[in-house]
Amino acid sequence: MVQCGAIMIMIICGMLIVASPAVLLVTIGLSLLAGHPMSERGVARLTQMMVSAGTLGAVCMLATLLATGQVRFTLELGRWFDLPIEHFHFTIKFLFDRLSIPFVILSLSLCGIIGAFASRYLHRDEGYSRFFLLYSVFMLGMVVSAVAGTIETLFLGWELVGLSSALLVAFFQTRLNPVTNGLRVWSIYRFADGAFLLAALVLHHLTGGGDLELMMGTAPWPDSVCQISSEHALLVGILLIVAAAGKSALVPFSGWLPRAMEGPTPSSAIFYGALSVHLGAYLLLRVGPMLEKSFVLQMLVVSLGVATAIFAAMAASVQTDVKSSLSLASLLQVSIIVVEIGLGLRYLALIHIIGHASMRTLQLLRAPSLLRDHRAVQNNLGFSQPDSQGSQPTTDLTSFQLRCYRFAMERGNFDTTIDERVTQPFLRLFRKFDTWERRWIAFLSVSNDKPEKP
Amino acid sequence: MMRDLHFPWLELSILVPALAAVVLYKIRDQRFAQQVAFWASGLTVCLTIGEWIDFGTLGTFSAQDHGSLVRRLFGRDFFVVDELSAPLLPMTAILFSLTILATMRSKAGRFSFWLVMASEAIILATLSCSFATVLILLLLLSTLPPWIEMRKRGSDTRVFAIYMSAHIAMLIVGIVLMRMWGQIPIISNTAAFLLVLSSLIRAGVFPAHSWISDLFEKTTFGTALLFVAPMTGAYVVMRLVLPVVPVWALHAVAVLALVTAVYAAGMSLVQFDARRFFAYLFLSHSSLVLAGLEIATPIGMTGALCIWLGTGLSLGGFALALRSVEARIGRISLAQYHGLFDHMPYLGSLFLLAGLASIGFPGSLAFVGMELLVEGTVEVYPIVGMMIVLAAVLNGISVLRAYFRIFTGTRHVATISLSARPAERFVVIIIILLVLGAGVWPGAAVKSRYHAADILLKNRQATGIDHGSETIEPDGQSALDELLNIHEDEPAGH
Repeated sequence: MVQCGAIMIMIICGMLIVASPAVLLVTIGLSLLAGHPMSERGVARLTQMMVSAGTLGAVCMLATLLATGQVRFTLELGRWFDLPIEHFHFTIKFLFDRLSIPFVILSLSLCGIIGAFASRYLHRDEGYSRFFLLYSVFMLGMVVSAVAGTIETLFLGWELVGLSSALLVAFFQTRLNPVTNGLRVWSIYRFADGAFLLAALVLHHLTGGGDLELMMGTAPWPDSVCQISSEHALLVGILLIVAAAGKSALVPFSGWLPRAMEGPTPSSAIFYGALSVHLGAYLLLRVGPMLEKSFVLQMLVVSLGVATAIFAAMAASVQTDVKSSLSLASLLQVSIIVVEIGLGLRYLALIHIIGHASMRTLQLLRAPSLLRDHRAVQNNLGFSQPDSQGSQPTTDLTSFQLRCYRFAMERGNFDTTIDERVTQPFLRLFRKFDTWERRWIAFLSVSNDKPEKP
Repeated sequence: MMRDLHFPWLELSILVPALAAVVLYKIRDQRFAQQVAFWASGLTVCLTIGEWIDFGTLGTFSAQDHGSLVRRLFGRDFFVVDELSAPLLPMTAILFSLTILATMRSKAGRFSFWLVMASEAIILATLSCSFATVLILLLLLSTLPPWIEMRKRGSDTRVFAIYMSAHIAMLIVGIVLMRMWGQIPIISNTAAFLLVLSSLIRAGVFPAHSWISDLFEKTTFGTALLFVAPMTGAYVVMRLVLPVVPVWALHAVAVLALVTAVYAAGMSLVQFDARRFFAYLFLSHSSLVLAGLEIATPIGMTGALCIWLGTGLSLGGFALALRSVEARIGRISLAQYHGLFDHMPYLGSLFLLAGLASIGFPGSLAFVGMELLVEGTVEVYPIVGMMIVLAAVLNGISVLRAYFRIFTGTRHVATISLSARPAERFVVIIIILLVLGAGVWPGAAVKSRYHAADILLKNRQATGIDHGSETIEPDGQSALDELLNIHEDEPAGH
C-alpha cells in the first residue's frame, strides 16, 4: 500500500517536472500565435508558477526516493511511435536517479532565478515576450535532456536547447553582430547535433532501442556497466565527444562562447554561466560507463579537457571586459569537469557542476550593476580607489610570452582556422558550382544571357 | 476484389477544380476570380479529406470510387486511392487552397487562377492514377500550366521545355519498349534505364536538376511551388519505376539522390536570391524522399513517406511565408539583411517554424521521418547513409541563415503597414497546427506510412524483380501488367 502510494507520488512528481516547462511554452506560444500576447506581469507570474511547480516536483521526487530507499525511478509515457515488426520503437521515457535529479533541481532553480531577474531586466523591452518564449523552450530542453531515459529523448531536449541558445544570442536582432554570432553558434551546434544523431542511431542499431538502461545496464548511476563492446563504445563515444565538445565549447569549438555574450545578460547567465555550457559535460557524465569501456576514449576526454583548460586559462587572463572574462573562466571550470569525468570521478564532477553553475550565475547576474556600484562607492568615498593589480603595461616580454599573449588575444585562432580551412573552401567550391549552373542555364536559354554574378 | 468508397470522392475532387478552371477562364475580375478559386479549392479540400476518412474506414489497401463515371465510360477505373496516395491528396489540396488564400490582391493579376485550378485538377488526378498510359498523359498535362504562364509573362521557356520533353519522351519510350519487347532482357533493361532517367529528371536529381531553379526564377512563386511541392517525381518513381526496376538500379538512384541532397543543401547556402535558395532547399528535401524510396527497405521507405508528408506541408508553409514577404518588398536578396521581423512577426514566426519543421526538428513529422530514413539507409549503405545527416545539418544552417537575412540584422523602415492580413494569419495558424500536430502525434502517420511501404515492397516482390538475379525477369510483359493493374488484386498476405 505504502509502495503504491510512493509510486503514485513519483508519477505525479515526474509529470510535474516535465509538464511545467511545457505548459509555460504552450501558453506563451499560443498567446503570441493568437495575436494577444500576455502582459509582462502575466508572463512573469506564470513563469514563477511553472518553475516553482517543477522545482517542487523535483524536490518531492528526491524526498520520496530517499524515504523509500530507492535510487531511481523510471517514468514511461508510452511509445511515441512503434514499428513492432521492424523492432523499431521510439519510447518517451524519463529517468530520475542520482544524476538527473540534482541536475534538474539545479536547472529549474537557476531558471527560476534568471526568470525573476529577466522580468525586471527586460521590463518594457519590445522583445519581452519573445525572450520568455525562448526561455521556456530552453527550460523545456534542459529539463527533458536532464531526465531523458532514452537517447532519442535526450536528443530532443538537446536540440531545443541549441535552437533557443542560438536565437537568444541573436536576441537584439536589429543589430548585425548578435545575428552573425547567433548564426555561428547555430552552425557549430548543428554539426554537434549531427554527431549526436549519428551516435543515437548507431546505439539504436546496436541495442535495438534507444533506452539508456539497455546501453548502460540496469544498475543505477554511477555503478552502471556499459553493455556494448569496446569497439562499438569507441565509435559511439567519439561521436558523443564531438557532440559534447560543440555544446560545451571545448577545443576546437571554443570560439562561439565569448561571441554568445551578444545576448541579454539573463541569457548569458543561462548559457556560459550556468546550464547550457554544462550540458555537454552532463552528456559525458550520463554515458560515463561507456567511456570507461575504452581507455582510448577516456584519454581522449582527458586530453580534450586539458587542452581546453590551457586555452581557457590563457584567453581569460587577457580579456578586457567582464563578460568575456567570466565566460572564459566558465570554460576553464567546464574543462576541469571534463577532465574529472575522463578520470572517472563522477560524483566530484557532478558536485563541481552544481557549485560552479550557481557561483557563475551570481557573478554574471551581478556583472551589469557592478560598475555602477563601484562608481557609487567611489562617489561616497570622495576619491578613486587605487588599482590593486597596477595598470602599467609590461614591455620586457620574451618572444614565447608574446606568442602566448597573441594566441590568447586571438582566442586560439580557432574561429579563423575553421573559417579558413573549412567554411571558406566549402563556400568557394559551391559558388563555383553555382556559376557553372548559371552558365549551363544561360547556354540552354534562347536569350543566352550571360549569368549574373551572385 | 477492390472495395468501393461510399461516395465518388476522387472524381469529384478532380472535377470541382477542373470545372472551376473552365469558369475562371471567362472571369476577368481578379478579385472575384480569387473568391471563386478559394471556394472551389476549399470544396476540393473537403472532398479529399472525405476521401481520406472514408478510405480509412474501409481498412483496405486500395479502393475506387462508388458509382464511378469513368468506369461507366471506359470500362475500368483509372482513379483509385491507396495507402500511398490517401494522405497525399488532402495535403496537395490544402497547399493549393492556402496558396490561393494567401495571394495578395495586388499580386492577383499576375497569378492566373484558372491555371492554378487546372493545375490542381491535373495533379490530383495524377496522384489518384495508377494506370500507366493515363499517368503519362497527366504528367504531360501537368507541365502545361507553368509553361503557359512563362509564355504569358514573356519568360524564356526553353530550359523547362527541354527537361520536361526529355522526361516525357523517356517515359513513353520506356513504357512502350517494356510493353512491346519486355521479354527480351536487353530491351527490358534499356526500358528500365529510360524509366529511371525519366524519373530522375522529374524529381530533379543531380545532374538533371537545373530546371527547378530556372522554374522558380521564371514563373510566379506560387505556380513554381504548386508544381514541385506535391513531389510528382517521387510519385512517378513509386508507380512506374519501383515495380519494374532491378535492385541495383534503385540503389544507384538512391546514392545519386543522396548526393543531390547534400549538393542542393550546399548550394542553398551560397544563394543570394531567395527563390533560388528555396529551390535548392526544396530539392535537397525531395532528394531525401527519393533516396528513402529507392533504398527499398520498409524502414527507409516509411521514413521517406513520412518526410514526404512532413516536408510537403512545412516547405509549403515556408514558401508561402517567403511569397508573402516577396509580395510586400519585391524579390528578396539574401545578400543583405532586411530586418523585417518587427513589421511581420507572424510571417517571421511561420518562416522559422516551417523551416525548422522541414529540416526534421524535434516535434515535427520530418523528425520522425529523418530518424527512420537514416536508420533504413545506414542498414544498406552505412557510410553513404551518413550523408543524410550532413544534408540535414547544412539545411538547418541554410534555413536559419535565410531567416536572419530576411527578418533580422537591421531595422527596416516602412511608411505603410507590412503586417500579415487576416487571411495570411489564418494560413499561418493552419500550417503551424498541421505541422506541429503531425509531429507531436506521429503514431498514426507512421503506422499508415509503414503499411503503405510494406505493401508496395510486397507488390514489388510479387513481380519477381527481387528474386534470383538482380535483373528484370524475362517475362517483362507480366511485370508491366502487374504495374498497370497494381490495384486489381490485393497483395498476398494482406
